[in-house]
Amino acid sequence: MLKRWRERITPTDVVMWFIGGTLLLLMFWGSTATLIEGRYTSHHWFDFLIFGLAQGSIYALIAMGYTMVYGTLRMINFAHSEVFMSGPYTAYFVAAAFYSSGFLDRQPILSLIFIFLVSMATSTLIAVLLERIAYRPLRTAPRLVPLITAIGASFFLQYTFRGLYGSGFQAYPVVKILEGEWMFGVFRILKFQAVVIVAAALLMTALYLFVQRTRMGKAIRAVSEDKEISSLMGIDIDRMIVTTFVIGGMAAGAAGVLYAVMFKQVHFFMGFIPGIKAFTAAVLGGIGNIPGAMLGGIFLGLVESIGPSLFLDGLGIVAPYQLKDAIAFIMLVLVLIFRPTGILGERLAIKKA
Amino acid sequence: MKQAIKIGLIGGVVEILLALIGMIEAFSQRYIIIDIISMGHTLIFLVALLMTSLSAKRTPHGNPLRAMINALTSGLIIGGFLAVLVVMGSLVNLRKVFINASPLLYQWLTFNQGIKAGIPLLLTGGALCGFLAGLLFLSSKLFRRVLIISLGSVVGAGVLQDLLRPTFALWGPLSVMNEWLFSANGLTLYGAIGLFVLIAALSYVWAKKGNVIRANLNGLSPSNQRVLRITTFLTLIMILLVLPQILGLFLSEVLTIVGLYVLLGLGLNIVVGFAGLLDLGYVAFFAIGAYSIAVLTSPELGFFNLSFWGALPFAIFIGVLSGFLLGIPVLKMRGDYLAIATLGFGEIIRILVLSDVLRPWLGGAQGIGKIPKAHIAGIEMATPQQIYYLILAGCLLVGFISWRLRDSRLGRAWMAVREDEDVAQAMGINLISTKLLAFATGAAFSALSGAIFASKLGSVYPHSFNVMISINIICLVIVGGMGSIPGVLVGAFALVGLPELLREFAEYRLLVYGAALVAMMLLRPEGLWPEPLQRRELHEGESSDAKPNH
Amino acid sequence: MAILSAQKMTKRFGGLVAVDELDIEIKEQSIHTIIGPNGAGKTTFFNCITGFYRPEAGGIFFNHHPLVGLSPDRIVRLGISRTYQNIRLFPNLTAMENILVGLHGHLKAGFFGIVLGLPATQQEEKEAAEEGRRLLRFVNLTGKGDLLAKNLPYGDQRRLEIGRALAARPKLLLLDEPTAGMNPRETQEMMDFIQHLRNELGITILLIEHQMRVVMGISETVTVLDYGEKIAEGTPVEIQKSPKVIEAYLGRSSQVVS
Repeated sequence: MLKRWRERITPTDVVMWFIGGTLLLLMFWGSTATLIEGRYTSHHWFDFLIFGLAQGSIYALIAMGYTMVYGTLRMINFAHSEVFMSGPYTAYFVAAAFYSSGFLDRQPILSLIFIFLVSMATSTLIAVLLERIAYRPLRTAPRLVPLITAIGASFFLQYTFRGLYGSGFQAYPVVKILEGEWMFGVFRILKFQAVVIVAAALLMTALYLFVQRTRMGKAIRAVSEDKEISSLMGIDIDRMIVTTFVIGGMAAGAAGVLYAVMFKQVHFFMGFIPGIKAFTAAVLGGIGNIPGAMLGGIFLGLVESIGPSLFLDGLGIVAPYQLKDAIAFIMLVLVLIFRPTGILGERLAIKKA
Repeated sequence: MKQAIKIGLIGGVVEILLALIGMIEAFSQRYIIIDIISMGHTLIFLVALLMTSLSAKRTPHGNPLRAMINALTSGLIIGGFLAVLVVMGSLVNLRKVFINASPLLYQWLTFNQGIKAGIPLLLTGGALCGFLAGLLFLSSKLFRRVLIISLGSVVGAGVLQDLLRPTFALWGPLSVMNEWLFSANGLTLYGAIGLFVLIAALSYVWAKKGNVIRANLNGLSPSNQRVLRITTFLTLIMILLVLPQILGLFLSEVLTIVGLYVLLGLGLNIVVGFAGLLDLGYVAFFAIGAYSIAVLTSPELGFFNLSFWGALPFAIFIGVLSGFLLGIPVLKMRGDYLAIATLGFGEIIRILVLSDVLRPWLGGAQGIGKIPKAHIAGIEMATPQQIYYLILAGCLLVGFISWRLRDSRLGRAWMAVREDEDVAQAMGINLISTKLLAFATGAAFSALSGAIFASKLGSVYPHSFNVMISINIICLVIVGGMGSIPGVLVGAFALVGLPELLREFAEYRLLVYGAALVAMMLLRPEGLWPEPLQRRELHEGESSDAKPNH
Repeated sequence: MAILSAQKMTKRFGGLVAVDELDIEIKEQSIHTIIGPNGAGKTTFFNCITGFYRPEAGGIFFNHHPLVGLSPDRIVRLGISRTYQNIRLFPNLTAMENILVGLHGHLKAGFFGIVLGLPATQQEEKEAAEEGRRLLRFVNLTGKGDLLAKNLPYGDQRRLEIGRALAARPKLLLLDEPTAGMNPRETQEMMDFIQHLRNELGITILLIEHQMRVVMGISETVTVLDYGEKIAEGTPVEIQKSPKVIEAYLGRSSQVVS
């Protein structure tokens, strides 16, 4: 009997569960220790929470692009991080011009809307060009081929923008009406964080409604479900795929401006880390699943902002905030290992043999 | 006609992009032919020529007149685009947005003729390119080939002047050629013409007589062919052995860098090329090898103070072990998920090394210094010329192992997994051990490279091990040809060697890598030098029994 | 006498029951065919035997050795190999290499043996190549061993896939629609070939087939599946007369029974 059992459980399973268990135990131990120590007040936690929400909603917006493209093409659009970067980086020049001409201070709302539009338009353009030039000819290629193309495109775009706009950090002009804070009882919220959260929530609702309610949204979902049958039903597959890139690009462009509002600077390499994080978010929520991507993004933002203090501080780790990115990556790897279908489950049936 | 306009538009956009990202200006510092044509100009011409040739080639029915008109149209449009850029640049200050849109750029674009003269010049230039492309298209195949090869050689000689000049200088009789061929910057006019004529004559002869020579070689008896092969092989080894003495310090340094990448590439070739596991965190093993050597040898930390050779087995062992450990979690993942997970691993390791948590052991952001050099027979391997031999030995060893593995039970198992994981498993291949072995072998090669790297540099920093290194290695494996051992060499020389020689290129290295990856996947997915097919069936005599063993 | 038996084997996908409490026995050295309309669970049953899927309930036994829960590579080493409905060769390997991969489980060369080129390893490799050539000849592909599998014509690919499966030295060979997409002449050749396989090598053959001519021509036992359930079993003649079978085919689908 023992022999039978041994034949069926591989040593790797044991190693995996051991790693998983250890990490969980460490997390639990660290959190308890941190909470008992009581180094952080409820104000601290509230700040972490709001920051996490704001950051998470940006991730969520970017994640939409990953998840929708994965849904229709079954590929990781690795270059989506550059779609995200291109928008705010281009819009920076608009913002800078507005700032130096004083328009930004006179008409802040109008300026912001214009900046958003420029950013979204650029990101969308880049996304559509990517699809047309790099991905469309490779639809029937083996799975790794489009991924490698996407990686190549990602670096090509990064360094093209570096060549065009320069390699330095550009400081985004400060929008005065977004400075300062609001008080909610005893808690304070930085204005720009609140605006980021609200704007992202609005955009996500709009996107969600578009995909769920409109004819086009339904067609896109049909294409994700089964390309061949959709085309038999008279759906123009190419157009739907382009549409997913357009929506993803728009969301990424908007996310880019929110990111610039939050961190006040843009750079040609700014897309890389948020891109991977947003991909993590998409996987967390179950790739291909749109509400999942939103939830995943917010969840990841929260874990990243609360995690280092909560899990690591209690373990006596110095400067836990340095390990913020490592936490996100560890989450990514853990999800890929233990639950590749994500929290909400992959909406796509995995087709085998 | 529509096609021609479209190609012209694309070409124009490409040219403007090249100008605005600063490539043309950067390349203009180097002359191909002194004071006549710079590398930047060559780039503009090449792109225009390429696009207009495409335009001619795409002409329906191959109608010669139409082809010529199409090429001319595309050329004019390309010239027009550049002219518009120059005019725009003179009216508005584009530099506020595009940092490379400098007055100097416009000067280069207009050949220093000013705006007024420059615009017709650009238009004629474009048309000229179109005309040339049309002529080439209409001319005979032999003429086209000879022209392309000899023009290519002139451009190549100009681009590689820094490589050729010092090499010639070291060779007594050849150093005379230097005077005649090269000026301070670029070829001399006479040198260029001479080279062109020489190469043209040679390639013409080869095109006419090459078949005969090849047929003669193939017609040799098997034993003679064997002798020929062995002679070639021995000559090659001899050349490799004396190479650093010929090339001098700088070029030997370049060679050592290329060599380290060859080691890395051969390792990743096993993981990506053979087993099809796209590992984006491969730099982690390079880092692990380098840090193992650093921790084990550096007196700065003072833990072990081993010698390089004492520490090397441990470094490789730690590499293998980490290959297993990082391999286990990703065993069940497929293709793209695996790529992202390994990317995550690479970053986790870098962040951990960089953080203050592990600082007492790994030195944090300051890294670890005072790593001793390797000694061979009492000689310290310190200069690039000496380290070259260390790396050469490593490359030969690793190349040999790769070659043996490729055509074996394990190599076939890896390739089966690459082609179709499910079927491979259904054919009796244990996926777990097969994949882990690929990870571990790749990690061992990479750790070896890291170990040599650490001892070569004498110090290690976390910043040397970022994700770009992984991308570099992936690029060279893919551009060379996935799964191809000679491909790794070609890839390493083209993608690592060339940029080291052309310093103005360094800025655009990753841009070109990215473009190369995309272009490779779209146009030539098998790579520059794909692995030749294995002739297994006709290797030995046929057996007569037609019944399988049971 | 049964080389393979399934007992109350059930496989579900979510709410869909693909194979429902299937009982089946495959006699040693027989040619046994499974037929049934599309979606009847035939290929799913194959996937359960080879360990690609894990059934939710019931057992599968190969010479009394339980298979459920074993990984595919272990099962093939026990002596079961298969082909696929939509040919799944290793497209970028040569025909010869495809066959050598099939031999994988019977070779022992380890990492160091290969790198050092030990005599035993070289000998083994030589014998493997020898056997590969024999198999190529057996499946009538002599001279095509050095071509990439993807460049072979369709019929050659089918036979190469069988050759690869044979390289694993199976006692039980599972063929999933071996005559799919073949013209009548090729089909006849394939039928002769399957019989030849059994008679020459003494292998038990279990196949899925749609063409009634093939089913009637070569099988000794036929099992009919419909909606994952076994609705009939017997000799080809018995099956042809079974009212349940006729209903399953003609009653609702457009499948042609000739």
